[in-house]
Amino acid sequence: MQRGVKEREMTTAQMQEVHGMGHRIKRKEDPALIRGKGNYIDDIKLPGMLFLDFVRSPYAHAKIKSINTERAKALPGVVAVITGNDLKGLGLDWIPTLANDRMMVLPTEKVVYQMQEVVGVVAENRYVAADAVGLVEVEYEPLPVVTDPFKALEKDAPIIRTDKGTNHIFHWEVGDREGTDKIFKEADVVVKQDLYYPRIHVSYMETCGCVADFNPIDGKLTLWMTTQAPHAVRTVASLVTKIPENKIRIISPDIGGGFGGKVYVYPGYIVASVASIITGRPVKWVNDRSDDQPSTAFGRDFHMSAELAATKEGRILAVRIKTISDHGAFHGDANPTKFPVGLFSICTGSYDLKNAFAEVDAAYTNKPQGGITYRCSFRVTEAVYAIERMVDVLAHKIGMDPAEIRLKNFIPKEKFPYRSVLGWTYDSGNYEAALKKAMEKIGYAELRREQEEKRRRGELMGIGISSFTEIVGAGPSRDFDILGIKMFDSAEIRIHPTGKVIARFGTKSQGQGHATTFAQIIAEELGIPTDDITVEEGDTDTAPYGLGTYASRSTPTAGAAAAVACRKIREKAKKIAAYLLEAREDDLEWERGRFYVRGSPDRSKTIQEIAFAAYTNHPLGMEAGLEAVDYYDPPNMTFPFGSYICVVDIDRATGQPKVRRFVAVDDCGNVINPLIVEGQIQGALTMGFGTAFMEEIKYDEDGNVYGGNFMDYLIPTAVETPKWELDRTVTPSPHHPLGAKGVGESATVGSPAAFVNAVVDALSSVGITHIDMPLNPWKIRKALEEKGLAVDA
Amino acid sequence: MIPPSFEYVAPKTIPEAISLLEKFGQNSKILAGGQSLIPVMKLRLASPTHLIDINRIDGLSYIKETDGFLKIGALTRMSEIESSDLIKKKYFLLHDAAKEIADPTVRNLGTVGGNISHADPANDLPATMLASDATLVATGPKGQRTIKAKDFFLDTFTTALTHEEILTEIRLPEYTAGTGSSYLKLEKRVGDFAIVGVAVQISLDKEGRVLRAGIGLTSVAPTALESTRAEEQLVGKKLTDESISRAATLASEDSNPTSDLRGPADYKKKMVKILTTRALKRAYMRIVGGGGGVE
Amino acid sequence: MGKKMHISVNVNGQAIDAEVEPRLLLVHFLRENLNLTGTHIGCDTSNCGACTVLLDGKAIKSCTFFAVQADGREITTVEGLAKGGKLHPIQEGFWEKHGLQCGFCTPGMMLAAVALLQKNHNPTEEEIRRGISGNLCRCTGYVKIVEAIQYAAEKMREAQQVEAPVR
Repeated sequence: MQRGVKEREMTTAQMQEVHGMGHRIKRKEDPALIRGKGNYIDDIKLPGMLFLDFVRSPYAHAKIKSINTERAKALPGVVAVITGNDLKGLGLDWIPTLANDRMMVLPTEKVVYQMQEVVGVVAENRYVAADAVGLVEVEYEPLPVVTDPFKALEKDAPIIRTDKGTNHIFHWEVGDREGTDKIFKEADVVVKQDLYYPRIHVSYMETCGCVADFNPIDGKLTLWMTTQAPHAVRTVASLVTKIPENKIRIISPDIGGGFGGKVYVYPGYIVASVASIITGRPVKWVNDRSDDQPSTAFGRDFHMSAELAATKEGRILAVRIKTISDHGAFHGDANPTKFPVGLFSICTGSYDLKNAFAEVDAAYTNKPQGGITYRCSFRVTEAVYAIERMVDVLAHKIGMDPAEIRLKNFIPKEKFPYRSVLGWTYDSGNYEAALKKAMEKIGYAELRREQEEKRRRGELMGIGISSFTEIVGAGPSRDFDILGIKMFDSAEIRIHPTGKVIARFGTKSQGQGHATTFAQIIAEELGIPTDDITVEEGDTDTAPYGLGTYASRSTPTAGAAAAVACRKIREKAKKIAAYLLEAREDDLEWERGRFYVRGSPDRSKTIQEIAFAAYTNHPLGMEAGLEAVDYYDPPNMTFPFGSYICVVDIDRATGQPKVRRFVAVDDCGNVINPLIVEGQIQGALTMGFGTAFMEEIKYDEDGNVYGGNFMDYLIPTAVETPKWELDRTVTPSPHHPLGAKGVGESATVGSPAAFVNAVVDALSSVGITHIDMPLNPWKIRKALEEKGLAVDA
Repeated sequence: MIPPSFEYVAPKTIPEAISLLEKFGQNSKILAGGQSLIPVMKLRLASPTHLIDINRIDGLSYIKETDGFLKIGALTRMSEIESSDLIKKKYFLLHDAAKEIADPTVRNLGTVGGNISHADPANDLPATMLASDATLVATGPKGQRTIKAKDFFLDTFTTALTHEEILTEIRLPEYTAGTGSSYLKLEKRVGDFAIVGVAVQISLDKEGRVLRAGIGLTSVAPTALESTRAEEQLVGKKLTDESISRAATLASEDSNPTSDLRGPADYKKKMVKILTTRALKRAYMRIVGGGGGVE
Repeated sequence: MGKKMHISVNVNGQAIDAEVEPRLLLVHFLRENLNLTGTHIGCDTSNCGACTVLLDGKAIKSCTFFAVQADGREITTVEGLAKGGKLHPIQEGFWEKHGLQCGFCTPGMMLAAVALLQKNHNPTEEEIRRGISGNLCRCTGYVKIVEAIQYAAEKMREAQQVEAPVR
C-alpha cells in the first residue's frame, strides 16, 4: 500500500501507519469508484422496478384546462399515470418547503414556471415512459408572465401565487439603518454600484433522482434519494405524509455532486413514492439533464445595489446594500429559520467597519424555486461579491491601489475574536498575512509595473483581488435551525474487540471525501490507522441524526463531533488502561495510540489492547464495549478566509478575457487532508470561473428558459480552466476541537469578485466601473467601444 | 433523452443504400457519424421512420491527392482529418476547422460528409468548403454528379442533394505553391458552436497578387455564407493591410447574424470583420512562411 | 415499428449476444442489459462525456450511438480496464493523484484519457487538456485529473520500456 506524504513530524514508528491530521493520503472512497463500482441512484435495480417520467409545462404561467391521459394509459407498458388531482386526494398536491412556504408537487389549477412537472407517467422502462409522456394531452390557457422580480413587486403585477395574494415573499433587514445613513450623509466619499449576481445552476454531473420502494407488508417506505440531508428529509416526509418516521428509510448512496442543489425537495421524490405505494412496485425517477437544468434549484439571481462610505484617505466606514432577490414560484431554500437571507450579514467582509445596513425584498416570479445553492454557503457568495467588488470600486474612485486599501482596512489579527457591527463574532483571522502571501506569490509589484507599461502601449491587462471572509459550520443551536430542527451534527463511533472501528455520521458526502477525512480525524484522536476505520453516512436507519452536508458545515460540526466522541472513548479507555496496568489514571499519559505510565513508558497498553479488554477483561461494574456518540452543538461558526489574486488580459478586438494567472491563498485552520483540501479549492475556483465568464440561465418575457441543457449552459472544460496556483496560511479556529474550519465553498465565495475585479481593473483607467457577470466577450467589447478602446483587427 | 422508434438497416453498398432511401421515402435518413442526427432524435425534434446506417459500406473513407484534387471520402471521420499529415501540410483550413468541431470524442465518429450535408449554419465545414472552392460528389439513383460548394448550401439544414442522393466524396482543388488558408472560430468555450467562424483561402501569383480568394462564414446566416464581394475585393492585386481591411469590412456587411445566446447581432458582425482580417493575415503568413504546415 | 434485432458484441473481452430495439442507445444497453453501470449518463445533448467508452479502441460517447451499430465490434468500458485484479495505470493515477471527488465523470474521463495515451504516449499538458475537452467535471477543476493522466502516461511509458527496452 502506498504511503501518503506526511506533512507532520512523526515521533513513533506506530504513528507512521496511522495517517491522522495533515496527511495527504489517498482516498478510501476511490477503489470502488475507479472501477466503476459506485452505487449512484441510476445504478440501483430492484426486481419489478418501474420508471417514472414527467410531462412538463411548455408555459411559464398558464391555467390547466384539461388533462387527457387516456392515450398514455393505453400504451402497452404504462402502469400508472398520476396527476395533481390524484395527489390532492392524498393531501400531497402541495407540500411544505424547507423555507416554510409551500410548493406544488403536481398542479391542479395552473402551472407557474416553464418545465414544471405536470403529470407523472409510470412505465415498465424509461423508453416506454418517454413515449407515454408524448401521449398525454394537456390543454393550457396562458396567463400573463412575470419574470422580472422588480416588475413582480410592482402594484399591478400578475399574481403568481394565488394562495399568497402577493408576489412579495418577505422583507428582511439587518443592521443600524439610521446610524449607517448618517455615516453616508457625512462621509467624504460615497461609491454606489448596481451589482447583479446572475442566475446559475450547480450542474452536478449526476442529475436528481430516486428509487422509491414501498413495502406493503410492513408499511415501510425505502427511498434511495439524491439528497444531501437524509435525516431532515425523513422527518419532514413523515410529518407530511403521516407515514411513521420509523417506517421511512432514506438512503443517500453515492451522490454525483450536490453543491446545495440536492438539498431541495423536488416533486419527483414524492411522485415516485406515491407511485410505489399505488403500484406496489419499486419506482425509479431520474431527471434527464434537459429536465433537471431548468426545473431544479437555481443559484443566486440577486439584484444588489451596494454602497460604501469612506474617508478621502481610504478608510472604509460603512456598507449599505439594498437587494431584490428572485426566488421563482416557490420559496424553497433551506435557510436557517432566523436567517431568511442566509448569512448575507457577513457583507461587512474582512473589514473593520463602523456601521452597516442591508435589506432584501424577495419576490416570486414564474421560474423554478431556488436561491440557496451552488456552493453559496447560505448567500455568502453574494455578500462577499458585493463587498469585494465595492472595495475595488472605491479604490478606483479615489485612486488607491486595491491591495493597499485592503491592507489599510482589514480587521487586524489582534482584534480576534472580532465582533462585526452586524453581530457575528469572527473566531480567528489573519487577513494581512494571507494577502501578503498572495501578493508575493504572484509578484504583485512587478505586475503593476507591467500593467503600467502595457497601458502606455494600449494593451489591456487587469489585476483583481478578493480578500474574503467566509462563515461556515451552521450552526450553534441558539441561532440555527431548519424548520425547527437544530443544526448540530453527530458522530457515532464504535471500536470492535480487535481494535477496528465503525463510525457513522449525520452528514452526507457528495464527493468531499468524508470516508477518508473523518477516518483521519479518528486516527488522529485514537491512534488507530485509517485503514482500520470504516466510515458510513447516508442511511437514516443506521446513521445518527444530522442535518447533512452543505454550506461547508461538515468539518465544523460532524468533524468536531468525531473528535469529541473520540475523546469520550479515550476517557473510558484510560480507565480500562489503568485497570490493566494496575496504575492510577492520574499516572497515565496518552501518546496517540496508547496509554503509558508516566516515567515507565514500557508499561503501556495500546488502544487495540484496550479495545479487546473492553469486551473480555474490563473492570467489574464497568459497562462493556468501547464506543461513544456525540451530537455536537458548535459554540460558534468558523470563519475561513483567504486572498485571491487574478491576472487577466483582454483582447481589444474581440473583447475576450483570458485569465493569465490565479493565485489562491486559503486559510481553513488546521487541515485534515491537504490533498482533499486542494481538490475542493480547485473545484470551487473552477465553478467561480464558470460563474464569472460563461454560466447563466436566462428568461425572456414569456418565461422561456435559455440555458436549460448542457449545450446552451456552458461549464468550464479542462481547456479554458486556468492552472490554479494554491497556497495556504493556517490560523486555527480557537473553538473547534481540531482547530479546523470548513473549506468546500471558500473558492466559490471568494473567486468571482477576483475575476470581475481583474477585468474591470483592466478597463478602469478609462473610467469603466463595472461589468456584470457573466463576462461574455461582447459585454467587454461594448464597454471598450463606449470608451473608444475597441479595435477592429 | 429517448429517441422515438425507427427501423434500422445497414446496407453494404452504396447502390443498396440509395435504393433503401427510395424505398423508405422522405422519412428515412442516412446514419453516418450520427453526432448531429442522434442528438436531434433524442430531443425528438426528428423522427425518421428508417435509419440507413452507411458505416458498413467500404470504400467511403479515404484522403488522397489524385487527378488534381484532394479527394476525401464522405465517411472519413473528423479525427482522421485532424490527424492527417497531408492535410496539416497543405490544406490548413481543413485542419483548422476539423480540430475545432465539437470535441475530440465526437470527432472520432463525426464524418466530413455528415457535417457538410447536415448543413447547420453553425457547422464548421460548410464555410471551409466555400472558401476552398470545393466540389461535392453526390451519388444517387441516376449515378454520380458533382455540385460546386457555392451551389450546395441552400438553406438551414437544406442542401442541393435530393432525398435519394448520398454525399460520397468531397474534392478540393489540389494544393499549389502560393496557397494559404485559415479557419478561425470564435467561441464562448471550446466545444461550443461558433459565435462566428471565418474560413479563408488565398492563392498568390509569383508577384504576390491574389489569384483567387475564398471567404466562407459560419453562423452568420441561415446557411454557410460565401462573401463574394469580399473575395472580389482582393483578387488581382497585392494583399495589403488596406485590401484586407476592405475585404473584411465587406464580409462583415455581407453577414446577417441574429442575436442569440452566443451574442448580439452587431457584435457578431464586428467579429466577422476581425476574424476575416486575422484569418487573411494568417493565411498569408502560411504562404510566405514557406507553407510549412500548421504552426 | 422498431422490431428487435440481433447483435453480437464483444464487451470487455466477453462475447455477448442480444436482441435489442434499434433505438436502444449503447449506454443503456451497457447499463441496463449488461448491468455494467460504471458508464454514466450526465446529459442528453452529447456534451458531458460521462458515457465515454472505447469502440474498437477509439473513444466514443455511448449516449450518441445505438447498440445496433455496435454489432460485430469491440467495446471497452471502465469495468474492462483492470486486468486480472490489477488496476490499469490510469486508475492508479486517478487514485494516487486525487483525480476524482464524486466519481461520476471519472469512468468516462479515464477512458478518454486511455484513448489519448494510446495515440500519444507523451502528451504535453495542453494536449492532455484538449484530449479531455469532451469530458466535463464539476468537482475537481481538472488540475488533479491532468496530474493523474501524466502519472499514467509515465507508468505506461515505463511498462513499454520494460517490454521493449531501449538498447
